[in-house]
Amino acid sequence: MIPAIIRTGFTGLRRDRGALILSFILPVAFFSIFAMVFGEQRGNRTPSIGVLIVDEDRSATSQRLVDALKRESALNALTHPEQKKGAPVPSDYTSASAENAVKEGVAPAALIIPKGFGANPIAFGPGGSHPVFQLLHDSSDPVAPQIIAGLLQKVVMTSMGDLMADAGAKEFEAIAGGLTPQQRQALDSNLAQIHRYTQRGDTAPSASASGSVGGMVNVQERDVVGEKKTNPMISFEAAGIGVMFLLFTASAAGGTLLDEAENGTLDRVLSSRVSMTSLLAGKLTYCILLAFGELSVMFLWAWAVFHLDLFGHLAGFMVMGLSTAFAVASFGMLLASVAGTRAQQAGISTLLILTMSAIGGSMFPRFLMPEMMRKIGLLTFNAWAIDGFTKVFWRDEPVVNLMPQVAVLLGSGMVLFFIARRFAKRWEYD
Amino acid sequence: MTNPQTLPPLQVDRVVKRFGSLTAVAGVSFALGDGECFGLLGPNGAGKSTLIRSVAGRVRPDLGSISIFGAPALSVTARAALGWIPQDLALYPLLTCRENLYAFGQYQGLRGKALRDAIQWCLDWATLADRSDEPVKNLSGGMKRRLNMAAGLIHRPRVVLMDEPTAGVDPQSRNRIFEMIEVLLSEGMSVLYTTHYMEEAERLCDRIAIMDHGWFIALGTKEELVRGAFGGRNDVIMRFSQNGKDASAWAVSRGGTFESETARFAVDEPSQIAPLLEAAGREGLELIDVVLRRPNLESVFLQLTGRELRE
Repeated sequence: MIPAIIRTGFTGLRRDRGALILSFILPVAFFSIFAMVFGEQRGNRTPSIGVLIVDEDRSATSQRLVDALKRESALNALTHPEQKKGAPVPSDYTSASAENAVKEGVAPAALIIPKGFGANPIAFGPGGSHPVFQLLHDSSDPVAPQIIAGLLQKVVMTSMGDLMADAGAKEFEAIAGGLTPQQRQALDSNLAQIHRYTQRGDTAPSASASGSVGGMVNVQERDVVGEKKTNPMISFEAAGIGVMFLLFTASAAGGTLLDEAENGTLDRVLSSRVSMTSLLAGKLTYCILLAFGELSVMFLWAWAVFHLDLFGHLAGFMVMGLSTAFAVASFGMLLASVAGTRAQQAGISTLLILTMSAIGGSMFPRFLMPEMMRKIGLLTFNAWAIDGFTKVFWRDEPVVNLMPQVAVLLGSGMVLFFIARRFAKRWEYD
Repeated sequence: MTNPQTLPPLQVDRVVKRFGSLTAVAGVSFALGDGECFGLLGPNGAGKSTLIRSVAGRVRPDLGSISIFGAPALSVTARAALGWIPQDLALYPLLTCRENLYAFGQYQGLRGKALRDAIQWCLDWATLADRSDEPVKNLSGGMKRRLNMAAGLIHRPRVVLMDEPTAGVDPQSRNRIFEMIEVLLSEGMSVLYTTHYMEEAERLCDRIAIMDHGWFIALGTKEELVRGAFGGRNDVIMRFSQNGKDASAWAVSRGGTFESETARFAVDEPSQIAPLLEAAGREGLELIDVVLRRPNLESVFLQLTGRELRE
């Protein structure tokens, strides 16, 4: 009895492609994506964090710090914008241009080395007149400033050991009330040796050193993007989760085509005065309105409950919302027209939507992903939609700046709809 | 110029449709007259649905032509004049009766008062006026069938294709559907009706085509078909007791057939029953009952194909 039940179950499963995909392919696909995002298949390295460096001190010591920061493997430290082909090397970042670059999302943070750092670089204990570093950051990435602050302490400690020893000796001398001649001679000799080691780079930063040492340099953090916003991540979450569910909605709405094909309603509709193109266009418009309505409800909820400034960004929301709705609706149409049965369509859409959402940033932010994954993520609607909504609600950028995102969403939507129309030919006549 | 009034409501001319190596329709021709009900009778797989879907414009024939009042089947004019009641329940299950009719009416180009009037006519015709705001999924099987028919008539076509409209309904609902169709016929609508229920064809159809393997193997009125297959002969069916003497040899010796304790004879006159009864008595056979029956369409199909209609 029991073997017969088991055999029946497996036979049914073997013939249900949708269930097969969900059972075996989806878990493997997800495992691979998460392994690539968090494990990075080769090297097992944490992705480097972009930071813009502004050297206001312009001393030999500050230059040593800049060089050491550039050598730090966990950081991608830039002192000037990327050089374009054939163009001269751009001038170094200033505190103002670096702040603008952070606001535009070029990097999650900018570190400003203050004037006077070379003359008085290290601070032991509280107080004193040591210059304060500025760490300007975008709080949509809450992780980056913490890591950069920690790595700054580490770099100072490991690459500028001689300065730390000098400062320590001065501190000790001030507290102890002076050294004997023998102590002075021994200290000078040791300090000279530390200077030589440091110059030779024997104490170059190591990746295994802890980044949790604090207090060698004073750092003051400032959120330059979200400082006036009450809930920094809410627009990101609304867009990310919204797009993922929009894809599911569009897929289900498109799937009604398959339901209608299977129960004969499509035949009846197509035997009337409705053409295939009119039918698809009608379904597409329905999907767009449904998706836009769903997105509007989500953002209205975010406005009412989480204080998202929806009405201050209404134009941007409309542009991004309609573009996103069009793209996901076309995606839904394509899935329906390609799939053979409703069950197959359900299986394929679940696989595709969860994969797109994982690599496109709906499940976790793309800035946490390795560079390669970030680039792959650009193949998804999720990434472009989230980037667009982030521009609108987080960076307060004007509508005209949404051009790349809108162009990609509308362009790909049109291509998908065109392909869907081609596949839908199979329903026109037997 | 041809007068549209003189053109046949439906003209099918040498239509062939193949699916791979299977020839579903193998060169069928016929014309449907004004107000005529033309029955397509045949077993599953005979090609009835393919032929009717070709007329509805859902299948493109490989050869031949189909016209509705002279207009090609795929033209807008033809579509406006043609109604199709598919075998499947082609309805939106979550919409009410009225909403379904509204949608299909709009698909047929109806708007405003014309659409409202058409919906009311459909609801009255299908006796669904009191259930008009009920979602389709809540209706009984018979009600769904009636609504399915009404949806195909929302634009009041002059030619209607009915593809097994009574499939899966109980006898009472089937009778109601027959009455609905008879109303349409009395109004002068032309109907192409497919079924594999002989009694439906006998009740409704003026002419009947028996279809098998994509061909019309016979075409005519019921009387013409029976006469063509059996002449004026009648069937005598004699049933014998299982416990009595074996009657098979006797039946064969008298020119009949014998199967399942039942002997069948063809007689030209009813009076020929008496000699058969006397002979059986002399033989000592234990007779249970005797029936004299005029051959029907099922007998015709059996005679022509050697198979039962519903095989």
